[in-house]
Parts: sequence; structure tokens; C-alpha cells
Amino acid sequence: MELLSPGEIVDSFKTALGDGVIDAKIYEREVAVKKNKFRSLWVEVKKSAFRDAVEHICHLQEYPHLAIISSSDLGAEVELIYHFTIYYGYHLEELSLGLRVKLPKSDLRIPTITDIIPGAIFTERETQEMMGVEVVGIPDKRRLFLPEDFPEGVYPWRKDEKGPPDDMLRVLPGREQK
Amino acid sequence: MMQEETKKATYTIPVGPIHPALKEPIRLALTVDGEEIVDADVFVGQVHRGIEWLGMNRNNPVQSIYLAERICGICNISHPFSLVMAVEQAAGITPPPRAEYIRAIIAEMERIHSHLLWAGVAAHEIGFDTVFYLVWRVREEIMDLVEYVTGNRVTKAMFQIGGLRRDITEEQFPRIRQSLDYYKSVFDQLKRVFLDDKTIQMRTRNVGILKKEDALKLLICGPSGRASGVPKDVRQDQPYAAYADLDIKAMTPDMVTGTVVGDVYDRIIVRLLEVKQAIEIIEQCLEKMPPGPILAQPKIAVLLKALTQAEGEGIGRAEAPRGEVIHYVRLEAGQSTLATWKVRAPTYVNLMAVPTILKGMQIADVPIIFASLDPCMSCTNRMIITDRALRKKSIMSYEEMHRLSLQKTEKLRR
Repeated sequence: MELLSPGEIVDSFKTALGDGVIDAKIYEREVAVKKNKFRSLWVEVKKSAFRDAVEHICHLQEYPHLAIISSSDLGAEVELIYHFTIYYGYHLEELSLGLRVKLPKSDLRIPTITDIIPGAIFTERETQEMMGVEVVGIPDKRRLFLPEDFPEGVYPWRKDEKGPPDDMLRVLPGREQK
Repeated sequence: MMQEETKKATYTIPVGPIHPALKEPIRLALTVDGEEIVDADVFVGQVHRGIEWLGMNRNNPVQSIYLAERICGICNISHPFSLVMAVEQAAGITPPPRAEYIRAIIAEMERIHSHLLWAGVAAHEIGFDTVFYLVWRVREEIMDLVEYVTGNRVTKAMFQIGGLRRDITEEQFPRIRQSLDYYKSVFDQLKRVFLDDKTIQMRTRNVGILKKEDALKLLICGPSGRASGVPKDVRQDQPYAAYADLDIKAMTPDMVTGTVVGDVYDRIIVRLLEVKQAIEIIEQCLEKMPPGPILAQPKIAVLLKALTQAEGEGIGRAEAPRGEVIHYVRLEAGQSTLATWKVRAPTYVNLMAVPTILKGMQIADVPIIFASLDPCMSCTNRMIITDRALRKKSIMSYEEMHRLSLQKTEKLRR
């Protein structure tokens, strides 16, 4: 397998997706005594180019490792970052690749990637129940962590009115509600 | 009335959430045909504690380190390790090199104790309790060493953003080397007990097989993945801490047997090899450890102010005993808590292998197969708000229980 440098990977994204790429950053830092570099890549894509971006990552590395989807409530939109790692198995060559996609709160939907990466199912289920992002086409719609009697329409990670209401938050004895 | 077709009847057996074969709460639903398992489903969420939510809403980043330690009793180094690396990246703090070495040393100590703990549990699961006692006695040595170096057996409170809270001094080296020598002296015995014993071989060989392709598709990481031939190990792959200076190779079972089967036996081999590897890593770190400070910013008030003003994001990745731990952190200027905190523990992905490795096996194999992944429920379950939710009458609050307890004491006094 040919290993591309972070700069070459960014270029390959731009060639494959065209103006679907909004932004791309390369982060590097030196570690310990020998100053080998920890490297991570952050690529932001348009929602319309999201599936193509995941398929492009599969071209860079057969079976990319999807660690987790992190999601942030940014007010008007929800940011999802798909944390991939590629080039594992090579000494100090692995790259963390964060694929960022922003969804407006008026249309919180993202297509599933379980057909490309079957192991994405847990984290997609979690994103769905915790952030209220609908994963379109997900093969298993059940909740993952939330109990069955948890109310519908409440999403613990949201920071707006859909987040957990005050009366659901337990305040320990001797503490004040923040 | 004649029945044209007889459908094979299957039963569904629920196992858990609390069950003698499971060390932590999780629910399995096994669909069985006679003794054979046809399908399996996993239900998680029984030990959610809302840790990420607390980090995003109530605690400042330094407080969250101690919360991260409590994500898991066993991986109480890996979680704060990943968190501080993520925060350091987000805030642009570089820990001094000496801290990087000590971090690796205590992380490897954690690996030794965790793998030995697992080996004991695995022996117990197949009813080989003599080995269970033996291994856990051997494990006590590393627990003593951990206590000697960090001051505590379990939650060690060693990590700080930008370094460490305690140093390892030259005077402590002989005691550390003594423990390492002890492990080197018993390693061959352990290896013989686990790999040559007929009973263990019969119960673990060709049991619970996970093929390499399945492991890659289901994103399996850590020893469970390496036992299937996936050479993925963060210490080898991505430079972090002192591992970046060392030449580390991911352990795979073919180093001993020449082939990769991906069964329970292979998972034992990988963990045993990693105990030996951990000893070697600690020795190398002791040798190469540079002098210097252990903290980038010793004043906590200054550090907290810098963290509140910082804006950025970072990803911390560490190889825990069970696989890769990932923490993603986003900091927003003016916000005293973490803006986003996402924790991915290795068991989170490894659980996805459960249906695959149980299929076609017998019910009696469930405990050892399930244990062979070394699953850690507390790690996987984190972030629900422990609540009185909308059913206030049926769920008792801590205060109510406390009040009842006081009442009972008073009643008894009369």
C-alpha cells in the first residue's frame, strides 16, 4: 500500500470531491525526546459530499478504522466529526483523520455509512439517541445506551431546549443547582 | 391436521444484566437451537453515569481528569492519559519529555496488572481455579509496585494537564527493577501453564473464532483484534508519549504458533506476549528517561485560566490494555468546562464482535468466549444523566433513602 503524506491526502480529497471540501487542516506536534511527529488531519466537507468522502477514505486505506463520531451542539448547527485512523500497522505512520460535517438544526439528517463500514452501527445509534441526529437508512434503529423509559425528544448532548430539562438533573445533597 | 413443514424452534435465553458468569452488568440475548447458539444480541447501558455530560456541564478540565480516572477501575491510567493529551493539543501545551516517559511507565504497569487480572478471570471461567489463584497471587507484585510508585493501588491521580503530579526518582529504580525481575522469572511458568496445558487448550482452541476480515469490518481493536491478525497498536502506529522513541511492534499470535486462528487461545497468547513486552518497555524507559521538570505549568490557577481562554480541539489516543482509548476534546474561549468531550473506550467497538464469535458455539462456551474479549462495561457506559426521570414516585432518590435510613435508626433506638 502506498502511504501518502498529509499534504498529499488533502490534495487527493480536493481532486476527488472538488468544491465538496470546505476546509482542510494538518496538525503536527513533536513528541518526547526523538521529536517524532504526532499528526492529525481535519477535513471539513459539505453534507452533499459526505458519502463520497467516506468512500474516498476507503480508497486511501482498505478497512479504515472508524473510532467514534463526536458531535457538538454549536447553536444554529450540529457538528459531527467522524474520527478515522488510517495507515495503522506501520511503525509511527498512522494518521488520525477527522471528517467534519455540519448539519443545520432545521435538517438534522445524515446518511448511514454502515453499508461501507458495518462497525459504525454502535456510534450511529449513539449519535441518534444522544444528539437527535437522524441517521437515514440505519439498519438498527434501537437505542444503544438510553433506557427504554427515557422520554422521547430529549437529547442529553443538546444545549438548546431539546437538552435535558432541569427537573431531570439530580443535584447531590449539599450541592446547589448550577 | 397435518403440518406440512416443521420449523426449527429456537429459544431465546436472556443472560444478565446481572449473572454469575458476567463480572459487570450487561444483558445478552442468546437465540439457541438446542445447545447451539444461533444468534446473539447485546444490550448495554446498565452502568451509565453521565461522565461526559458532567465534563461538559459542571467540571473544569482539571477536575475532569479525576472523573476520567473513574470511567474505569482498571484503565484508570489510559483514560486520564488520553484526556490530558487531547486537552494539551487543544490548548497548545507541551508536556516535558520526562513526563512523557513516566506516563509510559505507569501505563505499562497498568497493562501488566490488567492482563494478569484477565488471565485469572479466564482461568476461572473455564473452572481452572488453581490457575486463577496462582495468577492473582503473581499479580499482587505489580499492585504493590503500583502503590509504591504512585501511592495508590487503584485510582492513582498521577496525571495533570501538561505533565504529571508525581515524579519517579532514582532511589525508586531498584525497587521497580526488582519487580520486573520477579516477572521475568515467573513468565516462563505462566506461559507453560496457559499455553501447554491440555485442559486449557481443549477449552480455548478453535473456540470463539473471529476472522481477520470480520475484525477489520467490525473495527475490533486491542489484543482481541491483534489475536485475529490485525497489527493495530497505537503504541506502534502513532507517536505518543515515550512510545514515540521506542521501537514497538504489535504482538500477534503467529509469533508463537506460526499461524493466526483468531480463537480464544490466540487471545491468551497475545496478552501473555504483551505482559513480557510491557516489562521490556518499562526497562527501556527507566534507562532512557531524561532529567528535567515533570510539569509544564505547576501553578493550577494559571493553568485553569489558560484553559478557559484557549480555543481549539484535540484528539488523545492511548493503547489501553483492552485496546485503543480515544478522547476528543473541544475547548471554547470563555467557557470553563470542556465544550465537547467524547470518550471512546475499546469495549465500545469490541462488543460488536459478540454476535459473530458466539454463533455456532455452545452455551457452556459463552463465559470464556465473552471473557476472552476482556470486556469492560464501565468504560463503555458513560454518559446518561443518572436521573429520577419522569417517574419520580417509583424511583427513590438518595435523599429519600437517607431519610428512611435515619428513621429506621431512630426506630431501633426506641
